[in-house]
Amino acid sequence: MAFGHKHILGIEQLSREDIQLILDTGDAFKEINSRDIKKVPTLRGKTIVNAFFEASTRTRLSFEIAGKRLSADTVNIAGSTSSVVKGETLEDTAKNIEAMAPDIIVIRHGHSGAPHYLAERVGCSIVNAGDGAHEHPSQALLDLMTIREHKGTIEGLEVAIVGDITHSRVARSDIYALTRMGARVRLAGPGTMIPPGIEKLGNVVVCRNMLDAIDNADVVMMLRIQLERQSKTLLPSLREYARFYGLNPKNIKLAKADAIVMHPGPMNRGVEISSYVADGVQNVILDQVANGVAVRMALLYLVSGVEAMETQQG
Amino acid sequence: MSKLLIKGGRVLDPAQGLDKSCDILVEDGRIAAIEANIDAAGVETIDASGRLVTPGLVDIHVHLRDPGLEYKEDIVSGTQAAVAGGFTAVACMPNTKPVNDSLAVTRYILDKAATEGHCRVFPIASITKGLAGDSLAELGELREAGCYAASDDGKPVASSEMMRRAMEYARPFDMTIVSHAEDLELVGAGVMNEGPVATELGLKGIPWVAEDAATARDIMLAELTGCHLHVAHVSTKGSVELVRQAKQRGVNVTCEATPHHFTLTDEAVRGYNTNAKMNPPLRSEQDRLAICAGLADGTIDAIATDHAPHHLDEKNVEFNIAMNGIVGLETALPLTLQLVRDGVIDLTRAIELLTSGPARCLGLPVGRLEVGAAADITLIDPEQQWTVAADQLHSKSKNSPFVGWSLQGGAVCTIVGGRVAFART
Repeated sequence: MAFGHKHILGIEQLSREDIQLILDTGDAFKEINSRDIKKVPTLRGKTIVNAFFEASTRTRLSFEIAGKRLSADTVNIAGSTSSVVKGETLEDTAKNIEAMAPDIIVIRHGHSGAPHYLAERVGCSIVNAGDGAHEHPSQALLDLMTIREHKGTIEGLEVAIVGDITHSRVARSDIYALTRMGARVRLAGPGTMIPPGIEKLGNVVVCRNMLDAIDNADVVMMLRIQLERQSKTLLPSLREYARFYGLNPKNIKLAKADAIVMHPGPMNRGVEISSYVADGVQNVILDQVANGVAVRMALLYLVSGVEAMETQQG
Repeated sequence: MSKLLIKGGRVLDPAQGLDKSCDILVEDGRIAAIEANIDAAGVETIDASGRLVTPGLVDIHVHLRDPGLEYKEDIVSGTQAAVAGGFTAVACMPNTKPVNDSLAVTRYILDKAATEGHCRVFPIASITKGLAGDSLAELGELREAGCYAASDDGKPVASSEMMRRAMEYARPFDMTIVSHAEDLELVGAGVMNEGPVATELGLKGIPWVAEDAATARDIMLAELTGCHLHVAHVSTKGSVELVRQAKQRGVNVTCEATPHHFTLTDEAVRGYNTNAKMNPPLRSEQDRLAICAGLADGTIDAIATDHAPHHLDEKNVEFNIAMNGIVGLETALPLTLQLVRDGVIDLTRAIELLTSGPARCLGLPVGRLEVGAAADITLIDPEQQWTVAADQLHSKSKNSPFVGWSLQGGAVCTIVGGRVAFART
């Protein structure tokens, strides 16, 4: 099956078949990461620019490793959205990068819609590595890959997502991805962090409290509480947050016995997730990180439109 | 003695209940006669057959950006856009550089408009010095100089005490206070209407209550002080209802709505379209329908464009940091006529909302076709089909969400003080 997308701007643009293809491709690439020589020539001669205008360690590293394992030349630039204030527009920055003829720009940006803005203005492929509170498609895809690995399927699963939904691009992408693959999503979080109309994004129920959300769930996804972003009007204290919206050894018992626990990282231990759960037998958090490399290899491969899948056997 | 005959049109003046086929004779810039079959051999004649002949359109909410921000618009280009859109009078907001909080700036605007402008310009004074919200501008002197109204448009007067005193002070000068009703704390860092579209796009929302709460406050202050309050650009169902109820209990309040708020909803923001970013933001379909109902039942007194030119560089950026506002002078008339075709309002009401309605809101001496009055007249072709093209807009700025739209109806000839200020060729 052909992949018809030049850009990955969000999960919203992807069909069930597209997602299926990305996951299958990711599964196929995963084996490379356990070889002695973790490199295939698939994207040899391709140039990938990782343009991260917002701080990121894990996602940037993951995209860089994914590119390198496919033999692409990867270059990282870091900036901040404040460079706009200093003078250069995002369009000028992007056009300067484009003038050096990269094949793919992977962009992380604090403003929602920044990847769409670039996709309209440059000729190369754009891969969204997280834009504002909008989408984080590669995170949702690695989540799906991890769930599929542990549960065999996504269809019919009950998935709880708990935390700050309003400011979470992970939540939005996961809602699209999960419901498109046939899961049911339950959301819970402080009243100040549930955005209006969120249930219109997919097969979503907003629960009154966290316990209702995780009750009998197959998957429990905890979101990072972004300490640096919160104003004082949204939460009284982290102590109270941990009490009502933190996952701990007691409330995790409400989920199915074989439920898996996920977190996009970085974790605030003792706030949204207790160390007993984060390190417990149900956690698949490092599987998520490992699968992140494989699924990003799949994305880079698919958007670059390289024909021969067999080159990976090298 | 210069004369002009407008012959054979359908003359429509809602203020006088006038709607008949007749001619208008203009002498020395004033209307000399409105009669059937005026015989004026040798006089310059405009054939108005098939045209609507209405009082010159009046836009009471325009940003001309002059002085200080001429890279966006100036009095010449802004009034050129106005007459191209059928407007013969505009009221311009004081958020220029410097702010119109002084006699000097008001005189500058009036002088430049008189010598270089294409239509009448009525400057609106700021309520507070420098739009800073903490001390009253010299409203008495500004009123004398020709400011019929005062507004801190672009930002609200946040202090309730300041707004109360402004109304008390303005009242004996017969000055209208124009409210930009917005609770800035509720707006926060919001960039579009709060709701499902904002949630989906990951953009911070501005809730309706930010407007309604401020509208309610200003209506109550008008009730307390007896000052005439005009509420600018109502965009929510709640604001329309608040004004409706206030009018029913006799509060001295009027309000306006913009063509974009009765035409578009926040769906237009999809794709991060910065030409759909303005303040107040495009709202929900429910709000849009409430504005249409308010236009029909008389709650809303005027259509005003909030013409807000911005340079391409200020819009060609990420949505979060794009400037608020769109140009509107050249699309207001066809968008209003679309309401007639859609059965929302009738033609007479549509013209009223663009002429005597807005004039009454600020007490401007325009908006009527009367013998002896200044000959400000607009000839409209209600059937004309045209497509909005950025390079054909007369405004210096092209920030319109309607570029590319096919519209119907437009001004074919705009006459200001008996002089043809615009003629479509």
